[in-house]
Amino acid sequence: MLTLTHFLTLGAILFSLSVTGIFLNRKNVIILLMCIELMLLAVNMNFVAFSRFLGNLDGQVFVFFILTVAAAEAAIGLAILVVLFRNRQTINVTELDDLKG
Amino acid sequence: MPIYEIVFYAFSLVMLAGAVGVITVRNPVYAALCLVLTFFSASAIWMLLEAEFLAIILIVVYVGAVMVLFLFVVMMLDINVAPLKEGFIRYLPVGILVAALMAAELLVLIWSKGRFEAGAYPLPAPNPEEYSNTKAVGEWLFTNYLLAFEVAGVILLVAIIAAVALTLRHRAGGHRQNPSHQVRVERDERVRLVKMKPEPRQGS
Repeated sequence: MLTLTHFLTLGAILFSLSVTGIFLNRKNVIILLMCIELMLLAVNMNFVAFSRFLGNLDGQVFVFFILTVAAAEAAIGLAILVVLFRNRQTINVTELDDLKG
Repeated sequence: MPIYEIVFYAFSLVMLAGAVGVITVRNPVYAALCLVLTFFSASAIWMLLEAEFLAIILIVVYVGAVMVLFLFVVMMLDINVAPLKEGFIRYLPVGILVAALMAAELLVLIWSKGRFEAGAYPLPAPNPEEYSNTKAVGEWLFTNYLLAFEVAGVILLVAIIAAVALTLRHRAGGHRQNPSHQVRVERDERVRLVKMKPEPRQGS
């Protein structure tokens, strides 16, 4: 029988995988953005599971807003990426050192 | 009801495989396609949790719009993939270590004391046939969360304006109109009155 534990475990594994992705692909901005989307998906999974098992719709509404903000974030992030590539001809994070941080 | 478990495990496996694909493949195009697979499987699992509206939204908005935008950008940029994968092997151990630690902490929290087992959170009965998840979510959205809903609309508007303003580019040789200059135009810039003597008609 499926319990809340199953869904929370799935979310935890997915979140850990996306953290690994950020470590492994730390030079490619596109994959970094995709890993952030994966993290949001893992969080949304927990919200939906709790919403179902508590019989409360607030979780689903919250997921709706997370999806909205994530879509806006992806649009602006990709726009920044396009401008970046236009100016520098690269998206390698290690070469983006103009600010000398 | 074993079909419930079979669907859950099958789609979970596909979803985790897709996630592993996203973080390991060399080509960003394949990564985007793996991400589509992940979202699709997640949508099926949400369907299992009777969140039908969000499952459809995830496919329509995420797979249909956001991931296509990702694919557009990936294919538009002419990226040299080889240098971007440098350090993949070097950071593999530390990445796996951090992820394993994090997963262990989360799983200990989730699994200990049967906190989220069926005793504490029994599986609710399936919703009745005439129940509409979309209607229920819509009622919540337009009553309790109306202000948040409006703010979300404003956020999307800001995102549109920001994306257009960031990527809009004026070409050097283009012929563009400047509205403010057009409004401020004076008579002298448009008409030139020339003083001249009257000339006799030809042939008379």
